[in-house]
Amino acid sequence: MMKNRSAAAPFAVWMLLFTVVPLGVVVWFAFTDGEGQFTFDNIAAIQGHLGTLAYSIALGALATVLCLLLAYPLAYSISRKTERVQQTMVMIIMLPMWMNFLLRTYAWMTLLENNGLINRFLGLFGLGPLHMINTSGAVVLGMVYNFLPFMVLPLYSVMTKIDARIIEAAQDLGSNGWQVLRQVILPLSLPGIVSGITMVFVPAVSTFVITKLLGGSKTQMIGDTIETMFIGQAANYNVGAALSLVLMVLILLCMAFMGMVDKDDEGGMVVV
Amino acid sequence: MKKAVGFVLAFGLVLTMAGCSQDTSTGSWDWESEPAAESTGVTLNVYNWGEYIDDSEVNVNDAFTHLTGIEVNYKNFTDNESMYALLSSGAADYDVIFPSDYMVGKMIRENMLAKINFENVPNFQYIEESLKNPLYDPENEYSVPYTWGTVGIFYNTKYVAEEDLADGWGLLWNEKYKDMIFMFDNPRDAFGIALKKLGYSMNSENPDEWQAAYEELVKQKPLVQAYVMDQVYDKMINEEGWIAPYYSGDGVIMMDEEEGNPNIDYFVPEEGTNLFVDAMCIPVNAEHKTEAEAYINFMCRTEVAKANAEYIGYSTPQTEARKLLDPEIGENPNFYPPQSLLDKTEVFITLPDEINQLQDSLWLQMKQ
Repeated sequence: MMKNRSAAAPFAVWMLLFTVVPLGVVVWFAFTDGEGQFTFDNIAAIQGHLGTLAYSIALGALATVLCLLLAYPLAYSISRKTERVQQTMVMIIMLPMWMNFLLRTYAWMTLLENNGLINRFLGLFGLGPLHMINTSGAVVLGMVYNFLPFMVLPLYSVMTKIDARIIEAAQDLGSNGWQVLRQVILPLSLPGIVSGITMVFVPAVSTFVITKLLGGSKTQMIGDTIETMFIGQAANYNVGAALSLVLMVLILLCMAFMGMVDKDDEGGMVVV
Repeated sequence: MKKAVGFVLAFGLVLTMAGCSQDTSTGSWDWESEPAAESTGVTLNVYNWGEYIDDSEVNVNDAFTHLTGIEVNYKNFTDNESMYALLSSGAADYDVIFPSDYMVGKMIRENMLAKINFENVPNFQYIEESLKNPLYDPENEYSVPYTWGTVGIFYNTKYVAEEDLADGWGLLWNEKYKDMIFMFDNPRDAFGIALKKLGYSMNSENPDEWQAAYEELVKQKPLVQAYVMDQVYDKMINEEGWIAPYYSGDGVIMMDEEEGNPNIDYFVPEEGTNLFVDAMCIPVNAEHKTEAEAYINFMCRTEVAKANAEYIGYSTPQTEARKLLDPEIGENPNFYPPQSLLDKTEVFITLPDEINQLQDSLWLQMKQ
């Protein structure tokens, strides 16, 4: 037992220094003013950003739903392949993540532009041009593209543990395809769904830069607003920290809710 | 200096290449043939923007060491704010720094800069008169201009009618070009344009004027395709949009015959615009003040200023160096606007805190 504990010490120190302490600093900033006096003003200042917050949650939720719809059938079909094929396909899904996030988003910019690759291709057939860049849709697309692997992997790692014999048993007992999905696969893959949703929704809500590159920076998300609060002309760390804190609380609430759905707590967090 | 250092570098290379092919007569400065000075044992700490000094055609720092016997410890920063943060924390000792206009003003106010002894900087005589005694340093005691430029509008001549340019900044509000207009994605530049359009100062301290500028920006928003910074180059070159305000020195890459788009042209609106300067200063706690003055003087030397101007791509304040530049650059009114227009430019000065806060909150409101 002791041995195990000391092995975890470096990580504990790491967590303390780079997670717990910064979190404390964020809380401290959120509840103090420029002079270090206790105040609720920063939290109250959030009222001015409710629109941005709602917009971020809406876009984040949409991206999460789209990710789930895309990833679920994909993860299921991968999990039913032979082990070799599974490994290759997981590798392919991971592949884009070896490239820098910013570069991938830039690439989408050149794809979606009015004179971009997609519109030029459509132009060959006399179609388009479609107006895609600098819209909310482009922002959601950017999020779905960037966060899809975070949905596929937890789903896959749970589904791969579903015994094929259980599904066969359901079929033998006369379930049609829909019933097998609803009553067998879905409940068994719930932990994966829960952790997938958390892993996509959290970064999606707090994303920034994607709005700049694909949304033309026309409507900010809460992540952009927080960024402005820290590096703007009149950087206001206190309000920035308060906004971050509110975002964190919202995300925690959301995770707690998801945790209630996933009572078994099998945890699909195993990646690869 | 503004962002897009990579582009500046690229443009600098283009310039140096152009320099090689076109003016072999003047050639680059052969400093190595001049007599070397004995080592003084002094090492000067210099803190400049990245890619902001010639180190290829003429290695300016090596030339300085060769001619003065003073070693140079040369370090880079990426933006004014981080440079300021480092110096104000006292974590570093530099002898020469290169802050931008508004930052010079801020640092003077906070007693962070030393007065320069101009007797040690005789080459200051070559500095353009109109750039002396700027708003941020009214008596010109603390700074020597290093590079400068203006903000103007880049537009695509294929789509934008010449007569519409008469609107000046109003071109960015012209309904005809809906969705083909880009705008600065930073509040200071965007509000500066809106204020200027309304005939106010870019450094206005009147909240009502800021409110009016905000309403202009809200009016403009439906016409704007995107708020951009560095992405403007690709988007303008690929004709994603037709009109974009940007910094003269950085933006010329868009007009480059090979790498840019020959249809793109540039003009500075009649109402006046922002003139930005990056200056050389000496921190108040500099250890080697006299050597720092020698360095600043050296940077104002004609051969050095010319080499730097060609490498960096920004306008040089050194009048003799400008004469030696390729006339396509040195005589280009986009780089060197006529006096009549310069009279209508303003440098940014640091705004009071409450105006800065108003600016940020109006900007966020506009973006909601």
